[in-house]
Amino acid sequence: MTDSVANPPAPRFASVHTSPEARARLRRRYAAERRFRIYGIVAIALALGVLGVLFFTLVSQGYSAFVQTEIALDVHLDPETIDPEGTRDPARLQRVRYNRLVEAALREAAGGVAEGQERALAALVSTGAQFIVRDYVLANPDRIGETVRIRVPASSNADQAYKGFISRDVPENQRRISDAQFAMLDRLEEAGRLATGFNTILFTNADSRQPELAGLWGAVKGSFYTLLVCLVLSFPIGIGAAIYLEEFARKGRLTDLIEVNINNLAAVPSIIFGLLGLAVFIQLFGLPRSAPLVGGIVLALMTLPTIIIATRASLKSVPPSIREAAVGLGASKLQAIFHHILPLAFPGVLTGTIIGMAQALGETAPLLMIGMNAFITEAPDGLVDGATALPAQIYIWADSPERGFVERTSAGILVLLVFLICMNGLAIYLRKRFEKRW
Amino acid sequence: MDDGAMATTASLAGAAPAAPAPRAEAGRIKMMARDVRVFYGQTEALHGIDIDVLANEVLALIGPSGCGKSTFLRCLNRMNDTIEGARVTGTITLDGEDIHDPKLDVVQLRARVGMVFQKPNPFPKSIFDNVAYGPRLHGLAADRTELAAIVQTSLERAGLWDEVKDRMNQPGTGLSGGQQQRLCIARALAVNPEVVLMDEPCSALDPIATARIEELIDELRESYTIVIVTHSMQQAARVSQKTAFFHMGNLIEYGDTEQIFTSPRETRTHDYITGRFG
Repeated sequence: MTDSVANPPAPRFASVHTSPEARARLRRRYAAERRFRIYGIVAIALALGVLGVLFFTLVSQGYSAFVQTEIALDVHLDPETIDPEGTRDPARLQRVRYNRLVEAALREAAGGVAEGQERALAALVSTGAQFIVRDYVLANPDRIGETVRIRVPASSNADQAYKGFISRDVPENQRRISDAQFAMLDRLEEAGRLATGFNTILFTNADSRQPELAGLWGAVKGSFYTLLVCLVLSFPIGIGAAIYLEEFARKGRLTDLIEVNINNLAAVPSIIFGLLGLAVFIQLFGLPRSAPLVGGIVLALMTLPTIIIATRASLKSVPPSIREAAVGLGASKLQAIFHHILPLAFPGVLTGTIIGMAQALGETAPLLMIGMNAFITEAPDGLVDGATALPAQIYIWADSPERGFVERTSAGILVLLVFLICMNGLAIYLRKRFEKRW
Repeated sequence: MDDGAMATTASLAGAAPAAPAPRAEAGRIKMMARDVRVFYGQTEALHGIDIDVLANEVLALIGPSGCGKSTFLRCLNRMNDTIEGARVTGTITLDGEDIHDPKLDVVQLRARVGMVFQKPNPFPKSIFDNVAYGPRLHGLAADRTELAAIVQTSLERAGLWDEVKDRMNQPGTGLSGGQQQRLCIARALAVNPEVVLMDEPCSALDPIATARIEELIDELRESYTIVIVTHSMQQAARVSQKTAFFHMGNLIEYGDTEQIFTSPRETRTHDYITGRFG
C-alpha cells in the first residue's frame, strides 16, 4: 500500500474525463444532439412542405373565384315596358319583368341571334342581371327612356368558359357551354363587352343557387354573430370559473373531479356538443333552429374548457410573491386577484380565449346538428335570424358539383384561413403588448 | 424542550427592557404569543411558543433552517391563513386584542402589522403605484396631493427617496435588488403599520445593501415595532434588542440580545451562535 502511494503507477491519462472512453462518450453526446436537431429540421420542413401544398391547392383552385366575368350591356330603359303610365311609382317599378330588357340588350350586344338560340344566349347572363337593372331603375327613375350601359355578371357557365376552364376540345354534349354559346361569347368578346373584374358579389351576397350570385357575406355575418354570443358567454364564465377553482375552491375530491371533467370536456367530440344543443336548446327550450344564438351557446360550451384551462394555467404561473405582497399589505383575496394576479395573468388568458375563439370559428360539426348548414339567401340581421357560418358554408359549397361552387369552396377556405391567421396574430400581439417582465 | 422554553420566558417576564426608551410607551408589550402551535395537515410545525414583542424594539428570530421562525413570524399577521391546510392554535394578541377574534378583521390586522418578505417582491408597476397601493387600498389619502405626500414620506423613511424621486413613473422592478427591498419596506410603511415583520429581508442582498437596510431598521425602531427573521448572527446582534432562538419548532431561549450572545443559558443556543450546528 505504502509502495503504491509513494510510487503510484503512472496514469496514462491525467483525468477520467480525458480517457478515450470519455472522449467517445462526449462524441456520442454531441452526435445525439446533432441527430435531434436534424429530426427537428426535417419535421419543420415536412410541416412547411405540407402547408405549402395546402396553400398551393387552395390558391390555384380558389383564385379564380375572386374575379368574375361581367358583360357590359347597353340597356334601353324602355318606358313602354317599365312605366307605361309614367307614375314612377317605386312599388310599380319593383314589379316590372326586367329580364326582357336584359335579353334585348344582350341580343343587341351579341349582334343579333339566330332563330331558336334565344334561350342559349339568355343563359350566358346571370339570372341576377334583371335585379341589377331593377335596382338601377329604382335608384335612377329619371333615366327611364334612356339607354344606359350596365355591367352585369355573366352566368357561372359563361364565366367558367371565359376564364378558360371549359375546354372547346371536349365533345359538345359533355360540356355546359354549347358551340353556339361559344360563338356568342366570341362575338361579345370581339365587341369588347366581356371583361373580368374583382368579384365583389363574393363578399356582399349571401348564399344562392346560382354560383355566380353566391357570396360569403351571409356566412361571415353568421359567424360573427355566433362568435359574439360565444365570446360574451364563455369569456366571463370561463374566467370566473377558473378564478374560483384556482383561488377560492377548497382542494379536495370534488375539485379534483371537476378538474378531470373539465379536461375531459375539452376532448369531447364537437358533434356531441351539437347533439346537446339540438336536444337541450332547440327541443327543450324551444330556441329557433339555424340561429347564431344557439350556435353561439353550443360553441361557448366547447370553448369554455379551453378558456378555463388556459386561465388556470396563467393564474398559476403568477409568482406567489406578488400574491403575498398584496395580501401582506391588507388586500382582500379578491382585491389581490383583481388588482395584481389577473392583470399579470391576462396575456395568457387572452391567448387562450382567442385560440378558443379561433377553434370555434372553424368548428363545423355542431353547427350541422343545429341546422346552421341550411340554405339561406339572406344575411342574418340578428341573433335569432336563420344563418349559416363560414365553415358550414364551405361544407355546403363543397357538396355542390358546379365548377363555380368548387372554386368558391377554395375561396371560402382561404377567407376562413385569413380570419384565423388574423385572430392568431391578434393573440400574439396582445400577449406581447400586455406581457410584463420582472 | 417545552419546559426549557417555558422556563426562559418565565424568567424573562420580570426582566427590565434593556434598550434605551425612545418613546414613552417603549417596552410596553405590543404583541404577545401564548402556546402558539401551527399544524400543516397532521404535522405540528411549532410546538407551543410563548413570546412577548415589546413596543419600539427589534426582536430577532434566529435558528437553523426549518426551525419554524418564519412560520411563527407569519402567525403574527395571520399570513398562514393563506396557506391551504395550515392551522394555528394558541393566543396571539396585538395591544391586548386577540388577533384571531372573529370581530377583528384580518385585512385590518395586516394593515396594522405590515410585512417585508425575503425576496424583494415589488409589483410590476411604477415606483409610485407600488408605494401608493396600500394607502389607496385603505383609503388613507383624500386626494392625489395627500397620496403623493404619503408616498414621499414613506420613501424617505425607507431611505429611497433621493434615489428614485426623478423616476417615480418607472417600473419598480427595474431597481436594483437593495433598492427593490427598500421599496418594499416603503410600501409596507405607507400603510402606517404599528408592527413591521421582516422575513430575512437581507438574504438576497449584497453586503452594502444589507448595511443600508440594517441602518434603516435601527431608524425605524423610533416609530415602529419590528420583528425580523435572520440567518445572520451578526445581523441579529447588530440590529435587535431582543433575540429568540428557535430549534425544531421549539423556542429554546428568548432574552436580551446582549445576554443571548454573551452568556446564553442553553447549551444549544451557545452551540448555534458559535457555529457548532445549524
